[in-house]
Amino acid sequence: MSYTIPIGPYHPALEEPYKLELECEGENVREAHLQIGFNFRAIELIAQSRNIIQNIALFERVCGICSNVHTLTYCLALENLLGIEPSLRAQYIRVIVAELERLHSHILWAGAAAHILGFQTLFMTCFRLREVVMDLLETISGNRVNYAMNAIGGVNRDLTDPQTIRDGVRQIQKAVEGQLLPIFTNDPTVRARCAGVGILTKANAIAWGAVGPTARASGVAQDIRQAQPYLVYDRFEFSVPVQESGDVLARILVRALEMVESCQIIEQALEQMPSGQWKGQLFVELPPGEAVARIEAPRGEVFYYIASDGSEKPLRVKVRTPSFVNMPTVRLMLKGATLADAPLIQASIDPCYSCTDR
Amino acid sequence: MEAKLSFFVHLVRYARGRSPWLFHLNCGGCNGCDIEFLACLTPRYDVEQLGIRLEGSPRHADILCVSGPVTRNTQAALQTIYAQMPAPKVVVAIGSCPASGNVFADSPSVVGPLEKFIPVDVYVPGCPPRPNAILEGIANAIEQLKTKPVTGIGGKSHA
Repeated sequence: MSYTIPIGPYHPALEEPYKLELECEGENVREAHLQIGFNFRAIELIAQSRNIIQNIALFERVCGICSNVHTLTYCLALENLLGIEPSLRAQYIRVIVAELERLHSHILWAGAAAHILGFQTLFMTCFRLREVVMDLLETISGNRVNYAMNAIGGVNRDLTDPQTIRDGVRQIQKAVEGQLLPIFTNDPTVRARCAGVGILTKANAIAWGAVGPTARASGVAQDIRQAQPYLVYDRFEFSVPVQESGDVLARILVRALEMVESCQIIEQALEQMPSGQWKGQLFVELPPGEAVARIEAPRGEVFYYIASDGSEKPLRVKVRTPSFVNMPTVRLMLKGATLADAPLIQASIDPCYSCTDR
Repeated sequence: MEAKLSFFVHLVRYARGRSPWLFHLNCGGCNGCDIEFLACLTPRYDVEQLGIRLEGSPRHADILCVSGPVTRNTQAALQTIYAQMPAPKVVVAIGSCPASGNVFADSPSVVGPLEKFIPVDVYVPGCPPRPNAILEGIANAIEQLKTKPVTGIGGKSHA
């Protein structure tokens, strides 16, 4: 018997509004339709009516999880257009904040995945660990969510207490390696729910243009931090975790291993960080022209395009977010999956509908 | 009849006053408030110490927590969900967006603020507010819940 199950737009397992319609044949999902657009705030349009400095605050609010990523990419694109380069210390501070944000985003996702698995203890463990990261971000910026760290040509605040960051990051690395990784790799419940579920093959990942951890879990070794290093990422030694199996478990492992790498990047950055100027730079006027920037956000590649006619307001700002690109792959993963696995599969790409809809 | 009704009023107040259940609604926000709201449920802030539980269905909820500036696409769902909640009910607006529209105020796809559509009892300001502030707002909402009229028993609601 075939029937259609609508999920959403408001559903207990989901933080954000979106609608999923599952056409089922008995227990199995035959086809999935995704409806997005509930969070559409026309950010790209409002950006055209504000000046470039006001827009930093606006783009910070594209997404509450990866807020720093959006201002960072926006500022990098503007710096490309203006032809200015932030000081070395500012670049290191940006890297540290970006990696801390990746940590908090991945831990948040691990918690959400545990919640969907019905593993409440792990959910609480993840969120307790996440508070350590939030404390570090608060130590640096004074804020928990919208850090307001990036300025054009620099950062807004100096990093004055490297030892606290180092201690916190070591604590996180210990917890990830000692608690989260063993649970996600060895626990029979997690394995039973995740291994072999929601498979995205390497060919499909490439054909559908998946990015970030979703692509890396399907064997596509692609990371902007190594493929096209921005800021000072070429000065660090880190590996890009890749898994071949393409199932939910692979996506969990890729993120868990990435957390360890992020901890190591932060430690190296704190070690290498030079002293000196960190403040944003003054500029007289914006030259007409176009510029782009792309960076590796926690969920994949974020791309910004800015066009300017020389006035203080941009002509166009185009934002391309990783969730928007990864979303169609959910359809492939859901085909043939059982209905009970559907929430976990759609969550496994770490979707962010605020980013997607903008 | 009068006595019977007053008995029910007391019963509802007794049954629902102690352990209010929350329903969380994202009306097009950026996720920031939603994640801070989620942090409230976790070990450090632990909203459950107040006897509170996050509930999946608006029909079982006492407190509606709304975040986001209310976009065109979420407005209808917002009003439906508010109508589905049984009285007594309290609305908490989390963050600056439902209060004023915040940075999205002049967006053509934002139809807020929230009070245009449903009555708001508690505002928690901030972009996003800290979990401590959200906790205080919810504690405030619990106090207000005690004074709300108990009408619409049986799922029907009269705001």
